[in-house]
Amino acid sequence: MEEYSGVWVFIEVDEEKNIEGVSLELLGAGRALADKLNVPLAGVLLGDNIRGLANQVIYSGADTVYVVDHPVLNLYRTEAFMKAVILLAEKYKPEIFLYGATPNGKDLASAIATDLSTGLTADTTMLDIDLEKRLLEASRPAFGGNIMATILCKKHRPQMATVRPKVMKALQPDDSRLGKIIEEELELREEDMRTKVLEIVKDVTKKANLADAHVIVAGGKGLGDQQGFQLIHELAETIGASVGGTRDVIEAGWLPHELQIGQTGETVTPKIYFAIGISGAIQHVVGMKNSEIIIAINKNPEAAIFDVATYGIVGDAHEIVPKLIQQFKGISKGDLSYV
Amino acid sequence: MHIVVCVKQVPDTKIIKINPKTNTLDRRSAPAILNPFDAHAVQEAVKIKKRIGGTVSVLSMGPPQAVAIIKNSIEIGADRGYLISDRAFAGADTLATSYALSKALEKIQEEMPIDMVICGKHAIDGDTGQVGPGIARRLDIPPVTNVIEVTEVNHKEKKVLIKRKQINGYEVIEAQLPCLLTVEKEVNEIEYAPMPNMIKAARYEPTVWSVNDLNDVDKAQLGLKGSPTVVGKMFTPPKPEGGKRLEGTSDEQVRELVTLLAEKKNLFNFDVNNS
Ligand SMILES: Cc1cc2nc3c(=O)[nH]c(=O)nc-3n(C[C@H](O)[C@H](O)[C@H](O)COP(=O)(O)OP(=O)(O)OC[C@H]3O[C@@H](n4cnc5c(N)ncnc54)[C@H](O)[C@@H]3O)c2cc1C
Ligand SMILES: Nc1ncnc2c1ncn2[C@@H]1O[C@H](COP(=O)(O)O)[C@@H](O)[C@H]1O
Repeated sequence: MEEYSGVWVFIEVDEEKNIEGVSLELLGAGRALADKLNVPLAGVLLGDNIRGLANQVIYSGADTVYVVDHPVLNLYRTEAFMKAVILLAEKYKPEIFLYGATPNGKDLASAIATDLSTGLTADTTMLDIDLEKRLLEASRPAFGGNIMATILCKKHRPQMATVRPKVMKALQPDDSRLGKIIEEELELREEDMRTKVLEIVKDVTKKANLADAHVIVAGGKGLGDQQGFQLIHELAETIGASVGGTRDVIEAGWLPHELQIGQTGETVTPKIYFAIGISGAIQHVVGMKNSEIIIAINKNPEAAIFDVATYGIVGDAHEIVPKLIQQFKGISKGDLSYV
Repeated sequence: MHIVVCVKQVPDTKIIKINPKTNTLDRRSAPAILNPFDAHAVQEAVKIKKRIGGTVSVLSMGPPQAVAIIKNSIEIGADRGYLISDRAFAGADTLATSYALSKALEKIQEEMPIDMVICGKHAIDGDTGQVGPGIARRLDIPPVTNVIEVTEVNHKEKKVLIKRKQINGYEVIEAQLPCLLTVEKEVNEIEYAPMPNMIKAARYEPTVWSVNDLNDVDKAQLGLKGSPTVVGKMFTPPKPEGGKRLEGTSDEQVRELVTLLAEKKNLFNFDVNNS
């Protein structure tokens, strides 16, 4: 076990050869873990013609970038990516290996963990180190999110975890940072691949909008019924925001399921998040608590949403929201240029 | 076409309660159900069978009570059920689970070659989604995770056409058979079980195997012993403080809020109407 050293991050690249946000966030989180352990941080960069991205990985926190550049690695496929990662992991033996909890990251990490016979913690939201034992403490919501569980992998290396997007913080890129780029050769043949990606269809509908939205107006069951929920749409319209909702709202059929925010829906980090008639259940809060400003409107002063709110208004949504709409409409653009 | 669906019995986490003193799960508070994603997995296998013919088997690892979810699967339209049940499997994490299930799949394979394995995207109790890809590795078949549509199955040419959900949209994938899919809920709608299935399910008794019924099993890779991960501590997330409560009449509160947001406008120099 002692021969394993260093923290690694799998760098996910999309088909337009942009590094996914979650990988940059993991470089930020990985940097903190590596500093605590006093070991280097490395990124693992795979793809076709992606060498050029290695510097960006270093600017975002890595000391080393391992690169495998090969035409067969053009789009993500488990069998091809797995071969490359296993080659690297067996040769350089990292003690910790992190992946984004994205479709590809989860798929890849599960395959690697099986081949390396090691432990993998899914959907982590907190990472820390037990320095005395040099153990990764990967914590995640358990049992529907009411409680956190810390998962340890004591006797196997690398210790692996997938980490949810938007919970860790990326570092400010620093182009004066220096690092090592190590490129490995790997023999891969297209004929050996048993899967082919025939087409990629981008869905730029509401869902993507929600994840990128600067301002979100989210409503809960407290709006009463579908009719009452119209207030949410009206406020959103007035200030040019996107609309979201709680699971209960989606289950009631007031909104389509892709607009659900929370543990089993989208994770969002807008500048402003209005939570209206939302109780603030932990499963909802994990999906929005990293918003910059949270405004809660709820008639129950004890509602848990007030614990995470920047500004709280105790009152009836049916009374408050129309007044808000009126105020916003009355404001000149100059006074409030962002709404 | 022989499709095997892996199904898990889980506590219904919608209603499960946590004992706040001990931080443990009060299992009695929640009924055990067929993992919702696995119900969609069975439904998809049955849909494929209806289109091109074949056999649908379901496989579960769990305590003897897990027979109940095998019966649920027969109601949806599965033909056969297998349960592996043994103390040796208890306490398994995803690595040990995929090992045990792959050993059972090898045994089923002896009875009838397998063309496709379908799992749920994840189990709602563990929430990991790691068992499916793990099984695929152990059987050395390609995995396709997060499937939202099985567009075409060509048994003769041993090919399937699949839509796989991605971060922003989906991919169209062609995979060779045999392969393993994990399915999202969008993949289909659960249909009402027809009466004959209900009658069959009520009488159905699955094949039950203990660890000694499986071939070449390395017991060190099973159950708690074979699980590299352990649960350290459980804790409730620290409660945040909360921010400023606005005061006064509703008109005053609304005005104050809008003023506060206006003051912060320098924080964000963008125009929402154009974003
Ligand atoms: C495994 C699991 C996963 C889950 N995933 C998610 C998820 O991803 N996202 C999610 O949102 N939930 C999720 N949930 C559900 C979550 O636990 C809550 O049930 C849900 O968030 C509650 O929705 P709500 O706040 O709209 O409704 P409620 O809890 O019913 O709250 C309504 C609130 O509105 C207030 N109110 C009522 N009338 C008014 C009024 N006139 N004006 C102002 N306020 C009013 C009430 O005081 C109350 O606080 C999940 C649950 C589980 C078990
Ligand atoms: N004990 C089990 N028995 C049968 N199938 C299982 C079991 N555990 C997991 N699976 C399958 O693997 C999928 C993912 O489970 P998980 O990785 O635990 O989230 C489930 O949807 C099932 O299809």
